[in-house]
Amino acid sequence: MLFNKDSWKEIFDTIKKNKLRTFLSGFTVAIGILIFIILFGLGNGLQNSFGKFFTDDKVNTIRLFPSSTTIPYRGYESQRRIKFTNSDLKDFKEKFNSKIEDIVVRNTFYFQIKHKEKANNYSVRAVSPGHQEAELTIIMKGRYLNEGDITNRKKHVVIGRLVAEDLFKEEDPIGKYVFGSGHSWKVVGVFQDEGGDREERTLYVPYSTMQKIQKNNDEIGQMIVIYDKNMNYDQSLILEKELEFYIKERKFISPDDNRGIYISNTGEAQEDSRKFASVLSIIISFIGIGTLIAGIIGISNIMVFVVKERTKEIGIRKAIGATPNSIIAMVLQESIFITMISGYLGLIVALIILNGIGDSLMEKYFISNPYIETSNAIWATIILIFFGALAGYIPARKAAKIKPIIALRDK
Amino acid sequence: MIEIQELNKSYAIGKNSLHVLKGINLKINEGELVAIMGSSGSGKSTLLNIIGMLDNYDSGSYHLDGVTIKDLDETKAAKYRNQFLGFVFQSFNLINYKTALENIALPLYYQGISRNDRQKIAFEYLEKVGLGDWSEHLPSELSGGQKQRIAIARALASQPKVLLADEPTGALDSKTSEEVMALIKKINKEGKTILVVTHENEIANMCNRIITLKDGVIMTDIKTS
Repeated sequence: MLFNKDSWKEIFDTIKKNKLRTFLSGFTVAIGILIFIILFGLGNGLQNSFGKFFTDDKVNTIRLFPSSTTIPYRGYESQRRIKFTNSDLKDFKEKFNSKIEDIVVRNTFYFQIKHKEKANNYSVRAVSPGHQEAELTIIMKGRYLNEGDITNRKKHVVIGRLVAEDLFKEEDPIGKYVFGSGHSWKVVGVFQDEGGDREERTLYVPYSTMQKIQKNNDEIGQMIVIYDKNMNYDQSLILEKELEFYIKERKFISPDDNRGIYISNTGEAQEDSRKFASVLSIIISFIGIGTLIAGIIGISNIMVFVVKERTKEIGIRKAIGATPNSIIAMVLQESIFITMISGYLGLIVALIILNGIGDSLMEKYFISNPYIETSNAIWATIILIFFGALAGYIPARKAAKIKPIIALRDK
Repeated sequence: MIEIQELNKSYAIGKNSLHVLKGINLKINEGELVAIMGSSGSGKSTLLNIIGMLDNYDSGSYHLDGVTIKDLDETKAAKYRNQFLGFVFQSFNLINYKTALENIALPLYYQGISRNDRQKIAFEYLEKVGLGDWSEHLPSELSGGQKQRIAIARALASQPKVLLADEPTGALDSKTSEEVMALIKKINKEGKTILVVTHENEIANMCNRIITLKDGVIMTDIKTS
């Protein structure tokens, strides 16, 4: 009976001739799915942009900034300026070899860069090659700085996308020279960065070259420790303590001095953002489940109403020979068919809308690239169809049990 | 065709029970046209419902075409109704979103007859009741008399052994009533066993046999000409 071609024809007939009923139940399901997917998608979009704010830089890093001491210690006065040098770098690397991937150097400068007639002030970072990984710098053209640039103290420069736009316009900057800080620098690469315009108005040069130009000193302004990414948050805190202890020992800084050396662990920000994201995803799940329940209640109401409305028809059908099972099959087939078609329509429309939204809500509402996992969308649709069928089945079974004389009695 | 012996039926009304049929004995042969008369409360509708397998009885026996009809489950009752009986109701009971032809074809659908054959058979019966030009009309577009003819055609389409008509002219004016009764008589002449429940003497007088019920028992059972 259920997969009989003839019974389907009967169903289509009924659907075609009861347009309002069909529309009502179909509309409820379609709207339910539509709202569910859009809300869920937007929630995911919110999470996306949230994630973006925190992933501009690599997350498994500890930054070390030297500063001035505030407590006299071991015969040294306070207000002493702490400095990192190339030999510190070498020793740190050896000492923590097992726990870290790399220690990256970053000395920051700010000066004018010129190309032909165009000139602008930019921040220039004198770095080691590992800095690319620490900043998640993306190379668009050419290459990043390499070890050769460092050892040979090459006057090479990697410029930001916006620097290239400012100074070179349409011209290809690779192999060209820019002038800054009294020297000519050969452009070896162009990069982009998720961090925004400010990051892309930056230039990278080898730190060794910059040290040589700066009166041949060996000072290091900032070190970025990239630790093993398999370390969890607590392990990274231990490493942070070990680093602090080691450096304070070496540089004669009082263990009680909060200054002298400043340490910042990006793992902390990561941990905060992870907590926030999990709260956000709980809220999103609630919204999703809520809309789904509302949809289920909606379709249940419609189905109860539909079966009630058909009580007399069911009585007639039974009087002329319909078995209870054929009545249940009829109601179920009809409701499943309608919910499937309209659920599918709602699904498609919602996905089209989500796609259409794309990044357009990013600036105002911080929603970027809203999406829903296909499996979630399909599950939601299946759940709604299932409950639609269940909601139809219960009153249908009741109606099928009614004696035809009772169903036919009210005239 | 129909054999009923010592049939009893009670309805529970609150704590009391109402004894509606008190030992009915009845034998109806093939080809008879029988009127069942009685005032309201006499038990005539209950008797028709039991004969029509729309209701169960408490004690006694009921045989239809040699088959014992007793304590049927819904599925079996539905099958027997489809196979043995055709119903005509006072309020027509056509399905309002189906055309005249589709209404007539519906019992055939439940017999599992193919769509093409259903259409063909339904159309034959539509012609038989004189409404061949009205096949695509919905019940709302038909007059009372026309609706009842469609209902009769629907009842006949499944080729039942017995046609049961519950006040078939109750909702019709006297002229239309006569036309409908003429149709019923014509069908009877072709050999169909028909039971008509009515409270109108004129209608009853058009039948071959008149059974009168009062307070759950058969008062008179008269054969007319």
